[in-house]
Amino acid sequence: MKISVQPEDFDVGLEIKNISRNNSIGAVASFVGLVRDVAMTLEHYPGMTERAIAKIVDEAKSRWQVIDCAVIHRYGALQPNDQIVMVAVASGHRGDAFAACEFIMDFLKTQAPFWKKEQTAEGASWVEAKAADDKAAERWK
Amino acid sequence: MKVKVLYFASIREKLGRDAEELDLPADVATIAALRSHLRTRGGAWADALAEGRLLRAAVNQDMAQPAAAIKAGDEVAFFPPVTGG
Repeated sequence: MKISVQPEDFDVGLEIKNISRNNSIGAVASFVGLVRDVAMTLEHYPGMTERAIAKIVDEAKSRWQVIDCAVIHRYGALQPNDQIVMVAVASGHRGDAFAACEFIMDFLKTQAPFWKKEQTAEGASWVEAKAADDKAAERWK
Repeated sequence: MKVKVLYFASIREKLGRDAEELDLPADVATIAALRSHLRTRGGAWADALAEGRLLRAAVNQDMAQPAAAIKAGDEVAFFPPVTGG
């Protein structure tokens, strides 16, 4: 189980390999989020961020079979096309792996204390939270 | 009652402050009460923490509702809705 909040980039292939070292694993589902269009700076709440992600992963483990998983989220200055976040879940079968991966991502968007500030032509501005993200998290209730 | 209060993102910028130690009166015992207590400072505080503004809070690094209790030694944080991922 790996949870990391870091400024550095990550290697998705390596992370997937690291959570796949168990003979009972038959499926690994992964998601990678990239910076779209404009450069941004990501701020977070050190301590709470890791804690919030751990709680989301625990909730996923209580609902689906999660044999191993990796959640990595970057902060600091990021450029268009940079990787921001990855979630990978290893399970016995694909149903659990897909569902747990999507669940972790949906809750990360609404519960993990990260804030994006975009650098636009008019200057820097904080990204507003989307109602669609709250809806995505609510459908799991 | 001494607590630590943290501010993040747009709230931190508006207030020009990222953290402070506060000695609160006994009747300021919830997130909502602390928010309105801080508003009485006026200026940027009244604006950034205004009632109509969508804010989130945490107590000891867990998301907390406005009615959540605050006790001595707690770490309280105010921030806008999160936008990670």
